[in-house]
Amino acid sequence: MDDLRLLAQRLEGKTVQHINSTAMGGGVAEILNRMVPLLKELGVNTAWDVIKGGAQFFEVTKKFHNALHGKKEEIGKDDYEIFMETSRKNIEELNIYGDIVFIHDPQPIAMVEKKHDNKWIWRCHIDVSAPDKAVWKFLYDFIIKYDSSVFSAPSFSRELPIRQFLISPSIDPLSDKNKELPPDVVDGVLEKYGIVQDKPIVTQISRFDRLKDPVGVIEMYKKVKKYIDCQLILAGGGATDDPEGVKVLEETKERAGKDPDIHILLLPQNDIEVNALQRASTVIVQKSIKEGFGLTVSEALWKAKPVVASYAGGIPLQVTHKYSGLLCRSIDGGAFAVKQLLNSPAYAEKLGRNGHEHIKNNFLLTRHLKNYMLLFLSLYHSEDMIYL
Amino acid sequence: MAEKEIKKAIQPFRFYTRLHLSELTGLRAASLAELLERIREVPEACIYHHTHRFLQQHLYLSPEPPNDFAYWVSEALGEDDLGEMLASIDTIQFSNIADLREKIVSTIEDYLQESKSAVGRSARHGEEFYFIKSISFVFPLQHVANDLAEFVGILEAISADSIYFHMFEARLRLKRGTNDFSYWIETSLGDKKLADDIAKLDPYTHTIEDLRNKLVRMVKKRCGA
Repeated sequence: MDDLRLLAQRLEGKTVQHINSTAMGGGVAEILNRMVPLLKELGVNTAWDVIKGGAQFFEVTKKFHNALHGKKEEIGKDDYEIFMETSRKNIEELNIYGDIVFIHDPQPIAMVEKKHDNKWIWRCHIDVSAPDKAVWKFLYDFIIKYDSSVFSAPSFSRELPIRQFLISPSIDPLSDKNKELPPDVVDGVLEKYGIVQDKPIVTQISRFDRLKDPVGVIEMYKKVKKYIDCQLILAGGGATDDPEGVKVLEETKERAGKDPDIHILLLPQNDIEVNALQRASTVIVQKSIKEGFGLTVSEALWKAKPVVASYAGGIPLQVTHKYSGLLCRSIDGGAFAVKQLLNSPAYAEKLGRNGHEHIKNNFLLTRHLKNYMLLFLSLYHSEDMIYL
Repeated sequence: MAEKEIKKAIQPFRFYTRLHLSELTGLRAASLAELLERIREVPEACIYHHTHRFLQQHLYLSPEPPNDFAYWVSEALGEDDLGEMLASIDTIQFSNIADLREKIVSTIEDYLQESKSAVGRSARHGEEFYFIKSISFVFPLQHVANDLAEFVGILEAISADSIYFHMFEARLRLKRGTNDFSYWIETSLGDKKLADDIAKLDPYTHTIEDLRNKLVRMVKKRCGA
């Protein structure tokens, strides 16, 4: 806390304005919901604004999102025009008052056209290690107007003429999603969803998005189930800027078929329920095909749960293979890892404990707050060693 | 028995702390040859980052792989022999980053001369080595010690970042030749023995907390506590 106060003092007089595309749903809103009040409490003048956009705009930005992850998308001239038209309206209507303007992800990226004598940061929360060239080129022309950029993992960095910083997201250990829960609360949530704890539970908590590969998780579970009687929970909510969620949920349900041991839950925005489901699980998986950071991994590790996850995005920053979890590259690899953990509870417990320590030292909100404040200070200094 | 008189320092010791940010350079390496080329040319702040990051990130592990280069050549390239050579580099013997860089370069160069099979080996896609710089922000703290008793009291309580700054960063990055604690104990208290004993510690084979405990024990013993 002393460090945080020291930093906040150095930012006296500055106003930080965060801008993103949704106040609810997804990791960015979750981070800002925590970060903004805490920065204010530390005395850093901070505000959070959300751009406006209709269904068409978010269809386009979802295509951008997929294309930036390397997925083939049909993106035509009309799509770029829809993006620019909505961007122009936001540029016109949204007041820019920050000394430091912090733009999150591609949706509000064009707001940089309003840059004057203030400092602008572009924070990329997604995996852009192998982006579609045309979409990247389109965004690049905005990115280079920023003073600095931020990425969640080293592999996301690109060749840019502006400074790039590595800041991983974080969890709030005292939030509803991560705090300790009494057993009766956990039991209550399981009961609500008709889940009986009579066999091990394997869980993935994520939005229903193809890049999280919920169908792949079902395949993995089926391979495990041949040898170990267990059950699978696939649980996630929606986000207001993700229009594909409903389709993916249907695909997932179809693949699950009539297996009574597969529980597919579309959760309301309820962090206690997510917390409870994670705490009730024997093993937690994150079999993402692409991932920005994968906050759910930190959540699981914080709860000392053994994790099986993909070598994707920021996940290897959180899971050191065979030390604080198991990493996999395929459905077969994931299934093998899950079987290992279910068959070796002592090993699983050890991985979970190490994971907890790793998150405690590196991925809590206090570290994230520090990084952001240092980032703000770096806007005014170009040296490698800065005396404050 | 009379109380042992505590010697006052000529200059008080002001504790600092250091916070850091990681800056991505956009530079990467997929093979040993590329790693070597990049290590020769990247800023010193990169060499510092990749040889000291583990210390801060894995405070609870002892000991951890001392540097990213060693870890990467073993894990991503499978060159375990070279990994061990790089991990064994006695960082404490170097008083500046330029010399440390030169040692890393010569170790890899010699290895490539001896091991032709290593030349063609590449890391899988997505497991390349990414060069990162450490940007350090140094702050003075309110804690000031005028003698060893005050010094050890503060040492027991300050953050790991502060110990890290005075033991590692001041010595190597600021080219002070020795750690801050030894320097102060010798020059302001005239206690060369204690200064030398602390300087002899190899901090790279301790966790920060182990290092703190060791330092506290050494100073308390000196104070007769």
